[in-house]
Amino acid sequence: MSTADVAHDDHHHGAPTGWRRWVFSTNHKDIGTMYLIFAFCMLIFGGLMAMAIRAELIFPGMQLLSPDVYNNIVTNHALVMIFGAVMPAAAGMANWMIPLMIGAPDMALPRLNNLSFWLLPIAAFTLVTSMLAPYLLDFGTVDTGVNTGWTIYPPLSAKVGASMDFLIFTIHVLGISSILAAINIIVTILNLRAPGMTMMKMPLFVWTWLVTAFLLILVMPVLAGGVTMLLFDRHFGTSFFDAAGGGDPVLFQHLFWFFGHPEVYVLLLPSIGVLGMVIPTFSRKPLFGKTSLVISMAILMVLGLIVWAHHQYTIGMSLGTVTYFMIGTILISIPVGLMVFNFIATMWRGAMTFETPMLFAIGIILMFTFGGLTGVMLAVIPADMQYHDSMFVVAHFHYALIPGALYGLYAGVFFWLPKWTGRMYDEKLGKLFFWTNVGGFNLTFFPQHFLGLAGMPRRIIDYNVAFTEFNVMSSIGSFIFGISHILMLYIIIKCVKGQGEKATDQVWEGAKGLEWQLPSPPPFHTWATAPTVK
Amino acid sequence: MSSAEETYYCPEPSHWPIVAVAGIFGFTFGTALTVNGAVIGPYTMAAGVLILAYLFYGWFSDVIGEIGKGYYSKKVDISFRQGMLWFIASEVAFFATFFGCLWYYRNVASDWQNGVGYLGSTFKYLYAHLYEAKEILSGAQEALSWTANNGHVNKGGDFTNMGGLGVPLINTILLLSSGVTITIAHHALLSGHRKTLINALGATIVLGLVFVCFQAYEYGHAYASLNLTLESGIYGSTFYLLTGFHGFHVTVGAIMLLVVWARCAKGHFSKDQHFAFEAVAWYWHFVDVVWVALYIFVYWL
Repeated sequence: MSTADVAHDDHHHGAPTGWRRWVFSTNHKDIGTMYLIFAFCMLIFGGLMAMAIRAELIFPGMQLLSPDVYNNIVTNHALVMIFGAVMPAAAGMANWMIPLMIGAPDMALPRLNNLSFWLLPIAAFTLVTSMLAPYLLDFGTVDTGVNTGWTIYPPLSAKVGASMDFLIFTIHVLGISSILAAINIIVTILNLRAPGMTMMKMPLFVWTWLVTAFLLILVMPVLAGGVTMLLFDRHFGTSFFDAAGGGDPVLFQHLFWFFGHPEVYVLLLPSIGVLGMVIPTFSRKPLFGKTSLVISMAILMVLGLIVWAHHQYTIGMSLGTVTYFMIGTILISIPVGLMVFNFIATMWRGAMTFETPMLFAIGIILMFTFGGLTGVMLAVIPADMQYHDSMFVVAHFHYALIPGALYGLYAGVFFWLPKWTGRMYDEKLGKLFFWTNVGGFNLTFFPQHFLGLAGMPRRIIDYNVAFTEFNVMSSIGSFIFGISHILMLYIIIKCVKGQGEKATDQVWEGAKGLEWQLPSPPPFHTWATAPTVK
Repeated sequence: MSSAEETYYCPEPSHWPIVAVAGIFGFTFGTALTVNGAVIGPYTMAAGVLILAYLFYGWFSDVIGEIGKGYYSKKVDISFRQGMLWFIASEVAFFATFFGCLWYYRNVASDWQNGVGYLGSTFKYLYAHLYEAKEILSGAQEALSWTANNGHVNKGGDFTNMGGLGVPLINTILLLSSGVTITIAHHALLSGHRKTLINALGATIVLGLVFVCFQAYEYGHAYASLNLTLESGIYGSTFYLLTGFHGFHVTVGAIMLLVVWARCAKGHFSKDQHFAFEAVAWYWHFVDVVWVALYIFVYWL
């Protein structure tokens, strides 16, 4: 096999240089880095939109924005955060860590991997086009901008101008990107594990990504199908979502949430995986009940696929149907509760230390559980009839997604930053970031529970003066929350520039696993020969 | 590290992913422009399609070259196979969506909109007064059966449903036989009978192309004689959605078969290394199964 030898020598000479290194990359670490940088840019973009929303809502009446612009920003804040920030950040960590953790030389299909990433910037470009279309492009029709919210329900979404078409194609491109990335991740995990790395020996982060990728392959095509039908309704005269033509606008809601609910687990599970790495490390104990965690994840996946219509209690489904969806939804608290108890049991009697990743991990357990409990409240039909489309829902899903998804990613960033850059981050600044961020987050969203219970609707630019005090608190909190991310950027840049203490290979005293046997930072190519796991 | 059996082939930096991104961007962005009547739209779309054609040619040529140089170990082959299987899984989900919609339109939509049976219970208790006022849901009221709706304000006009016999039946026979011929080709490949392989694969392609032609004829007939169009209410919408996406997949599959046929003729495949052949065969069987489901649920039931 001399030719293979030549090829082998050819491409192990180290990193290519210049722009080609990034644009033509086939290296999982570089692609992971690009994913993370893209995600951070989108986090800032989406965060600025969130701060614009809160600046508008700080007082009753109109402050800064017109209603159409406000609606447009509400829509795009959600899309940018979900598809631009959280999913790419999780995918970036998967790219970086899965091959290191399972002893693989790279992702299974490296060129496809680069395609998955580079589709994201053009999706972002198309999304920005959609946002600006009402102001920049003139197609001879009235275009209000996408004022439907991220759920793009017809009939309103069938009537929006050209900006909706750009959004539909943004979703298509994002869908292609996610499906290709998911295929790559599954194949890597199933095919490229080092000898001896059995499925049950895989780190929890790898397990969570296996389940996530599987979910993506199942549900992304459903969203693609739904928005394609919407496109046909808008331009080719079909009647899919038009009741007068024999169709049904509510079917779009079913399609959307058949994607949308599992999407919540797509956002959540990788972060649960990070928890499964961080908590044992800083408790200096093995993960408690890993098998049961894996099983509960599988149950979560199956249940997550069959409970979508709890987002639609108020559409007038039959009593039997809503009852089924209520029971299914409440059942989900069993596997999720089991995960939480497993993490607490891992910490129990451990020799715990509280570095920044661990602070975030504990924060997740407290605040995500709180978000989960309001979820149980919302799952109960008669209660939901009151809470539906109120600020209570906004508070609920931000308590689920910011701790559940975003803080898991923050924990991951601080946990693996020394491995990625070879430098320890500034622990003092890290802790300061944690406390300002968590403080800002709670000040933003905790009052929104009360606003919702008192009857303030969500997604509306103006509100009754009775809601002023809590809204002022919430807006101030959101500015603290938003601005605290500058600190995070500063901490990361310091590490990347090589300032700070040099990290050891193991980095953390309690860290175990293949990835910690490599140097920090790892060389450009790792595990060219697979290690043997005992 | 001494043989391809032990090292996994990690390709060098490649420009193909970026070409793919350019093609996908041109096509999607161009389509968005086109449906809104922008003049540059069709050109952008066409540029995207051309770039994609160049992409597939170039990328796959690279891969074929790498196979020729013996870079791929057994493990790489397994990666490709698993990748293709998961891709088909996502396609299954895509078609399942449309079949699910068809089921919903037939069995759920009109009952729950009109307050019929248990699905309509909420409607009956909460909105019966609106039902009596006959104002809000007037359109839906008149939608008696899902096949009899001519579209919003009768925009499609009266139409005739597509029958299950004739062209669709011939098409079913065509596709099912093509599933047999590709299996014959596969066995011929495994047992080293090249002539049978090339003939049987050629027959598969011909059957596929004839299928596409018949499908095009059927569409022409539907538009010209039956007045069955995209605007013919939900029946026309679902009919064209399901058969249209399937027809597109058959076309793509036939192109893939053509490429594989040419590669068979050049002697690219061996008994042990013929991933592309199997991938296309799987894809073809998938398209085949979708058609059987289509024939049963769209044309028959």
